[in-house]
Amino acid sequence: MSKTILIYCESKEEAGLTALSRELLGCGCRLAKSLNLRVTAVVFGHQVRKCAREALACGADTAILADDELLSAWKPELQVSLLEEICGRADPAVILFGHSDRGRDLAPRLAFRRNTLACMDCVNIRVDEKNSCLEYTRPVYGGGIYAVYCLSTFPQVATLRKGAAEAAAAEITAPEEASIEEIAVTAGSEAPRTVHREREEETGVRLEDAAAVVCGGRGIGSTEDFQKLRDVAGLLKGAVGATRPPCDEGWVPDLLQIGLTGKIVSPNLYIAVALSGASQHITGCSKARTIVAINKDPDAYIFKIAHYGIVGDWRKIIPAFRQRVGELLGE
Amino acid sequence: MNIIVCVKQVFDPEISPDRIRIDTTGSGVVLPADIPEVINPYDEHALEAALRIKDSMEAKITVLSLGKNLTRKVVKKSLAMGADELVLAEDDAFGGVDTFTTAFYLAAAVRKLGGFDLILCGRQAAPWDSGQVGPGMAEFLSIPCVAVCRKVEAAGAGLRIEKCLDDGYEVVETALPVLATISSEVGKARYPTLRGIRMATGREPVIFTRAELETAEAAAGGREEGLRPLPPPSLIHPQLEAECEFIDSDSPEEAGALLADRLRAKKIL
Repeated sequence: MSKTILIYCESKEEAGLTALSRELLGCGCRLAKSLNLRVTAVVFGHQVRKCAREALACGADTAILADDELLSAWKPELQVSLLEEICGRADPAVILFGHSDRGRDLAPRLAFRRNTLACMDCVNIRVDEKNSCLEYTRPVYGGGIYAVYCLSTFPQVATLRKGAAEAAAAEITAPEEASIEEIAVTAGSEAPRTVHREREEETGVRLEDAAAVVCGGRGIGSTEDFQKLRDVAGLLKGAVGATRPPCDEGWVPDLLQIGLTGKIVSPNLYIAVALSGASQHITGCSKARTIVAINKDPDAYIFKIAHYGIVGDWRKIIPAFRQRVGELLGE
Repeated sequence: MNIIVCVKQVFDPEISPDRIRIDTTGSGVVLPADIPEVINPYDEHALEAALRIKDSMEAKITVLSLGKNLTRKVVKKSLAMGADELVLAEDDAFGGVDTFTTAFYLAAAVRKLGGFDLILCGRQAAPWDSGQVGPGMAEFLSIPCVAVCRKVEAAGAGLRIEKCLDDGYEVVETALPVLATISSEVGKARYPTLRGIRMATGREPVIFTRAELETAEAAAGGREEGLRPLPPPSLIHPQLEAECEFIDSDSPEEAGALLADRLRAKKIL
């Protein structure tokens, strides 16, 4: 087992490394420092050499770059094979991915090929000095409970949840080109093949970046009624979100879903309207600084995690709230 | 098309969080006595995806489930929804097994069943939610895997699949055989029909024991079991609970306005 932490970094087109990849580098480099390990960043894509440089600037000791047109479309089979080849040579002790669309694809399969299982969607990864192990904490039972794994055998594979770690900042201004190892990519099987990508971004503030989020649950009842929440969100210069039932019912697009299999948000203000507070949802919003709950059921679990609450009919409460907020903000 | 759908019997994952408590050992949970057993919701979505293919072309759907003492009423719901056959990998040894073991024996069951074109699984299952059984099965069967999908359609000799992304979806073309994991974005799973329920009551599932699967695997020159699962974790409750300040008032409208004032006073607005 080599003394390396391998970090799979992702990029967002022209914008360089994703925010999650920077958080991953922050986490991985801190772990490496405590354990006296070296960090190797892995960057796959087309015309992504600058991302390899960025990873070095953020603290990685070396970078392995696979830069080829074959990698411009998503090809999980090819990527797992490349990773397997790299791991065969480098024999890393720990392999980290972001818990992203791509991380969810790659981590389980690479783990199986390295004869282990991945710890998925970790909310924390730390060194446990007392027990001489690495501690991985991840949500189970819908997020209502955390499972804490103390791992002391290798290799270890994990995905890190967005917002779980502090991002690395690009500190080194002129990383050494010699620290980038470029590897060749040979075409493998072409299937499955991505033929088309459809973006469905909501206009306005991005849910994951919003300082204020107004989230509606099953009690909202319709697409039209969600408009009332959008109105409040707009006034607060924030974004609207939803639990799973409104998405399942088709009242709002799926990409507004906040929760275990949706977006993870951490706004200053989170207003939960007509939602009961299922674990799967709460795990997506529990990092909000202030949580406000409006629900006509006084026993709804959401009130146990909220800082402010009103028991009552949202249809009467929200318009009055909106009106007063408008006055206060000098609309 | 020959489709295998893997379903897991679980405790209803949609109960309120405060009804699940960690036990005194710190490594298990205490569930309320009245918690119902259901098919893992994402696995129902996987079955729905299979049924939609069957709606559009000739297909046979075999539902496969692994576990200990599986409740017939629960797993037979898949027959009632429209699946053609139910196969259970059922054995005392399969009680609460880890992801590796599950993927290994499900793959062994698939091989024992003979040919298949498509395997569908839910994207993740209660209570561990790790999403590794589908990809693990694909590894054991040496077939490609398309994870977290919202649509699966026949297209020529292969499939056209819509894979969910954070900011939309992508269209993937693939040949058969392939394994796909299905997400709730596929749409609501259909209810069983009365006819379906009646038919399901009379049908008995095919049972594979662990020993039978091991024999079949050995005969096929398959990979040995004995891959390392993770050590069992300790469980903790996330520190989420807060003191809620309730805004009381004569009318809900007044409460709404008072809430705004309170948030403003606290400099949250």
